[in-house]
Amino acid sequence: MSELLKAVEAQDNPNVPELSPGDTVKVFLRIKEGNNERTQEFRGTVIRKRGGGQASNFTVRRIASNGIGVERTFLMRSPRIEKIIVERHAKVRRAQLYFLRERTGKSARLKQKFS
Amino acid sequence: MLKGLIGKKVGMTQIFDEAGAVVPVTIIEAGPCYVTQVRLPENDGYSAVQLGFDEIKPKRLTGGQLGHLKRNNLPPLRFLREFRAKDPEVSEGDKLTVGEVFSVGEAVDVIGTSKGKGFQGAVKRYHFRGGPKTHGQSDRQRAPGSRGSGTTPGRVYKGARGPGHMGSDRVTAQNLKVVLVDGERNLLGVRGAVPGAKGGLVLIRAARKQ
Repeated sequence: MSELLKAVEAQDNPNVPELSPGDTVKVFLRIKEGNNERTQEFRGTVIRKRGGGQASNFTVRRIASNGIGVERTFLMRSPRIEKIIVERHAKVRRAQLYFLRERTGKSARLKQKFS
Repeated sequence: MLKGLIGKKVGMTQIFDEAGAVVPVTIIEAGPCYVTQVRLPENDGYSAVQLGFDEIKPKRLTGGQLGHLKRNNLPPLRFLREFRAKDPEVSEGDKLTVGEVFSVGEAVDVIGTSKGKGFQGAVKRYHFRGGPKTHGQSDRQRAPGSRGSGTTPGRVYKGARGPGHMGSDRVTAQNLKVVLVDGERNLLGVRGAVPGAKGGLVLIRAARKQ
């Protein structure tokens, strides 16, 4: 890709740590409501990561009330991400954990990996 | 100040605005341009400014072209284009850069040459519907159908739409918002797409329809 294009693109957000599928993370997101700015939390499991430079992103899945699954995709380089806490790594054998979508309760658990 | 520049399309990417939202942008390497000639109603019958862009080796130009540039002690330039301007407020020999001409938030028109598509059918070229897919049809799916009337007039009117050469046309993308100006690297970023291939020549001017 052209060096000129790279020059105007955003750099990696330093607040985003190394993530891998299966990680349980807490994403702190800056939200603007009118003139107020507040921080919103989103806690869940990373079910996929996608490359693509400027458009690289990752998806976090969490189980909201009544057992409804909610997935949210964040851009890796988004300046809105304030920080990310990785709470737990999990032992997974694939890069995209789409099988979690069909599972609920006990079967949706992932085995913890200690590094 | 004349609101016009010549540039080269670099490519597309996305950037984040102050609110953190993603904006699709086309990056254009715009200028630096030189004012090679100012056309006046007294001499030329209309008023315009001729700009030059892209410095090259002198041997790439003919003697006449070099002479034209030499009048104002300008370097050899690959492209010369005119911009209509009533009172341009520039004089021959001036150097124009993006930082001076455009600022973030302005609306501009970008003129380029669209990508050539070759000889194309009427479905792709003019969005004809084509023929039916079923009911015993064969070889009719992308056919243009009838092009004219019957015995009267007994011919196809000139200009009737049909298959032919598509692309490589002069296309103007109107009212694009300037989202990025980098005076150091001579880069201009506009929201949305711009006609033409990467590396293609584009003209940038203030938006006509505001």
